[in-house]
Amino acid sequence: MRRFEILDHTADIGLIVYGESLQALFENAGEAFFHLITDLKKVRSRIERRIEIRKESLERLMVDWLTELLYLHEVESLLFKKFKVESVGEDGLRARVKGEPFQEGMHVIKTGVKAVTYHQIEVRKEKEGWRARIIFDL
Amino acid sequence: MPVDEKIKLQKIDEYRWRIPREGKMRTDGIIYSEESMLPDVRKDQSLVQVANVAWLPGIVGHSLAMPDIHWGYGFPIGGVAAFDMNEGVISPGGVGYDINCGVRLMRSGLSRMDIQGKVKELVEVLFANIPSGVGSHRKDLKLNREEERRVLKKGARWAVEKGFGTSEDLAHIEEQGCIEGGDPERVSERAMERGRAQLGTLGSGNHFVEVGYVAEIFDESVARALGLWKDQVTVIVHTGSRGLGHQVCDDYIRVMMDAARKYQIELPDPQLCCSPVSSPEGRQYFEAMACAANFAFANRQMITHWVRETFERVFHKGPRDLKLDLIYDVCHNIAKIESHTVNGKTKKVCVHRKGATRSFPPEHPDIPQEYRSIGQPVLIPGDMGRCSYVLVGTKKAMEETFGSTCHGAGRVMSRHQAIKAAKGRAVARELEDKGIIVKGASQGTIAEEIPEAYKDVTNVVNVVHHAGISLKVVKLVPMGVIKG
Repeated sequence: MRRFEILDHTADIGLIVYGESLQALFENAGEAFFHLITDLKKVRSRIERRIEIRKESLERLMVDWLTELLYLHEVESLLFKKFKVESVGEDGLRARVKGEPFQEGMHVIKTGVKAVTYHQIEVRKEKEGWRARIIFDL
Repeated sequence: MPVDEKIKLQKIDEYRWRIPREGKMRTDGIIYSEESMLPDVRKDQSLVQVANVAWLPGIVGHSLAMPDIHWGYGFPIGGVAAFDMNEGVISPGGVGYDINCGVRLMRSGLSRMDIQGKVKELVEVLFANIPSGVGSHRKDLKLNREEERRVLKKGARWAVEKGFGTSEDLAHIEEQGCIEGGDPERVSERAMERGRAQLGTLGSGNHFVEVGYVAEIFDESVARALGLWKDQVTVIVHTGSRGLGHQVCDDYIRVMMDAARKYQIELPDPQLCCSPVSSPEGRQYFEAMACAANFAFANRQMITHWVRETFERVFHKGPRDLKLDLIYDVCHNIAKIESHTVNGKTKKVCVHRKGATRSFPPEHPDIPQEYRSIGQPVLIPGDMGRCSYVLVGTKKAMEETFGSTCHGAGRVMSRHQAIKAAKGRAVARELEDKGIIVKGASQGTIAEEIPEAYKDVTNVVNVVHHAGISLKVVKLVPMGVIKG
């Protein structure tokens, strides 16, 4: 199953993400997000972080999840490669993510992301699984 | 995105177009543009956004759009809208994620011939001295929570107190580099952390430091009053409030989504979420926004200091010879409380400028003494590899646009399209062949910013000039650029 595709957008960039389950959807969204930022092939899974987000609508949860990842990326210079969502639903999200700090010379930064927006945000169940759309401010 | 043909546009004159009020619009939309530019404007739904802004309660005058208009979150980029302090609203979408993204211009005592052979070295040293990439920061800058709170309250003044630049600089910044009323209590812990990690950094995307020169003079006497002469080397710094501002916007979008419901404000687009200016939510957003704006002012002030240090190092000259003086610094994503004449009466309004620049006229008390005879300098950075412009503000801007004008060139190509168009091309090399040296921290950046990806800033500037809301003074051409 195709996991994500990049959405073209004049000023910014978006993602369409797919997942067989809601958990997989959120995992794939995390990976797609870092795929925008860096070349994931060069990132190793050396450091782990736990993420917990309280209950919200699924759309807000998706924005919060990616915003949390963006925050860790900015404040700790981390790049994440592996995403394990332990639980996700209207009761919130719990996940473990793995990656490593950015290293000059080893890692490549493709683009900086300013924010995860609510524009056209969508998280919905389809026949063969889940689909999400997220637009980012670059 | 669907082509937007449904919005009716009436021509007022060569440079002004009206979207007549209809449905739930409370006022007309007025677009500053030119016939040949309209097809692109129609393509990305930005006219619908101009019409949407007109729905908002307490809007004073018209929903305005500058010629660099393009689609944004809720409000279009290149949008200007003023609201009554009692009946009107304030909206984070009307300011933008990058609060006080803005630009400053420095002049120098050098001519382009003086720096000709050293541009590459200059770019390398600028790149080394001004942190721009992920995780980069100056080792000599340490910031704790208390100090950061001072940055948010004092803006560029904080930077000068710490030895970045001089008090002379402060007089040459919009609001003297500090919007009063910033309350760090209104800024979330998250935003503070992102700020601490990023104060003193350039950021990526369309942020840059550019060394260029005065290529063309349109108004000799005004250029002289700004200390500008032909072939003079200039420096532009373009950056904003970094992660702190983005987080403040994000935090308050959530607050405003709830507030709009609470105050029963009907929104054609949820991203126009807002709250009455006078409400607690409205006031808190303003106080947080002011903090973010001050962060950006401090940031540009620090980068200015490192630019000066770089020049001193590369050219082995002191400040008295280099004369890297600040001409002016302007915001282009901000909400301001200003006095304007509305229907013959002077009143305070909340002016939102998102991708728009203040353009105050001669004699205005808020502009530096030495510019009172010519008007406020307006700095319009072009995109990478293209020219930039300096203009001055006018009385007409005060009368028509709440003292506002354009901010730069808008994008016409998505980053993806630009990367595709740039495929196989050595963009940095193309620019070098044109005599422009570029160094960027992110890989995609240079391809994404190819000149074709943007509207021609010359067209944008000509519209505002002919419409009379700001007047051309000089054109600057780049020689060396660093980007995040």
